[in-house]
Amino acid sequence: MELTREEEQALKGEHGETMETAYRILVAIGEATNAERLVPIQWAHLSGVNYNTIGDAGEEFLAKLSQTAKVKVMTTVNPMGFDFDKVDNYNLSDEFVQKQRSIKESYERMGVIPSFSCIPYEIFDMPQDGTQVSFAESNAAIYANSVGHLKTNKESAFSALASALTGKSPYSDLRKDDKPNLTIRMKVDDANEMTMGMLGYFAGKIADNSVSISGVKEMDRRSCKSLCGGMGTSGRCGKFFLEDTPGSEHVDFDKKEAQNVFDELNTAERGDIVTLGSPQLGLGELTDLSSLLKGRSFTKRCMVFCPRSVQEQARKIGYTNEIERAGCEILSDCCTCLTPLVDKNEIDSVTTNSIKGAYYLQHSTGVDVNLKSLSQIVKEETR
Amino acid sequence: MKVIVKGRARGKILKTDMPINFLGSVDKTTGVISDEKHELSGMPFKNTILVFPHGVGSSVGAYTIYSLKSCDAAPYAMICKKADITVASGCALANIPLVIASEEEYERLQSGQEMTLDTDSGKL
Repeated sequence: MELTREEEQALKGEHGETMETAYRILVAIGEATNAERLVPIQWAHLSGVNYNTIGDAGEEFLAKLSQTAKVKVMTTVNPMGFDFDKVDNYNLSDEFVQKQRSIKESYERMGVIPSFSCIPYEIFDMPQDGTQVSFAESNAAIYANSVGHLKTNKESAFSALASALTGKSPYSDLRKDDKPNLTIRMKVDDANEMTMGMLGYFAGKIADNSVSISGVKEMDRRSCKSLCGGMGTSGRCGKFFLEDTPGSEHVDFDKKEAQNVFDELNTAERGDIVTLGSPQLGLGELTDLSSLLKGRSFTKRCMVFCPRSVQEQARKIGYTNEIERAGCEILSDCCTCLTPLVDKNEIDSVTTNSIKGAYYLQHSTGVDVNLKSLSQIVKEETR
Repeated sequence: MKVIVKGRARGKILKTDMPINFLGSVDKTTGVISDEKHELSGMPFKNTILVFPHGVGSSVGAYTIYSLKSCDAAPYAMICKKADITVASGCALANIPLVIASEEEYERLQSGQEMTLDTDSGKL
């Protein structure tokens, strides 16, 4: 990768240790993704905020880094472990709360906007089409590239952080408009958000950098986010096109493939609790939920995860009334994935409509998962 | 081979043909694969030369790699078939040598073999 003179100097440590580390990361990922140079970016979205996932090593790294480092571009962050407003309702250790607070404060010290959301594309104004950004959080990167008309690598926690600190990112293949060499044909009728999540999970496993999907005309928000979430969970793929790319290899996603993904992720007949939101729910989805729940109440605990700004908006409009009346706890700043609020010592299984949530609940939280679409959840888990 | 993170390492190869999700299936303090469905389930990475096709899944997996190094549970080096940003950036920050092997080089590497990796040598 070609570097400018100034970039070379930074890499050699002439602009301090932070810049040296940041450029070392950018050069490594540039080499890894065949980038010829770095490009300026206008927005970075960071992952690596939850103490559950980054641990003591991560907490200490950020505390040290934030003593001197400052972000150079608008920078937003992923959800953390819990909602500070409701922390007393849960049996969390003081250590967890204190370490999470330290992580939150480290990011704020660096000048990061405390958004704590995995759907930055829904809660911030989108820059103009074609803008270069640097998004970690796989669902957000895939969404930005495929639906949001932005350009980003499928960044990692450290590469997005390096971008935030330098204002740059490698110009890798994903930022270019190359056509994918694989088309997945959607062959399942009456697809709901769960089917789309399973399609994403399936596509992520077999696709390379980018993939075409044919047979899907329109997707509602829920399905689109679920597709992005599923795709980001299973593979490296960072972009999809809703078209049939001529000359590409074709693979069908039929009932059989859907069943295989379902069988892989569905490990329980029922859930002890319900969790909704991975990715977090946006305003449109809270509206849907509030109308679906009209006059009905959950028969078990239901946790609804949405960004804080969305919760505030929904509260003003009045959508939260029906959702809370139905027995849901609305939580901000955190998400289904990897939240310590789902405690495997107390809960064996979780019902969710999220493919991404299902994967991480099982693999990281260690609970079994009962997968159902939202309409099925409302039908079967409420009365 | 293509060098992503420079360095030298000597150790026994631990190889899998399954991708690794560093967030979902690796214990960040012990370096043991916790996913029972994974070929390397229960096998510690510590002091091995880890050979795998590529990383998958969450971008936060890079922190797992950094944590493994901090907890003295990291492999000496990693060798992949394809590059991904999560593994590349985790190795860059943790100073773990990382190279991308050609198809032929990758096939030649076998679990249990003792090997020396020197990224300056230009070959595996």
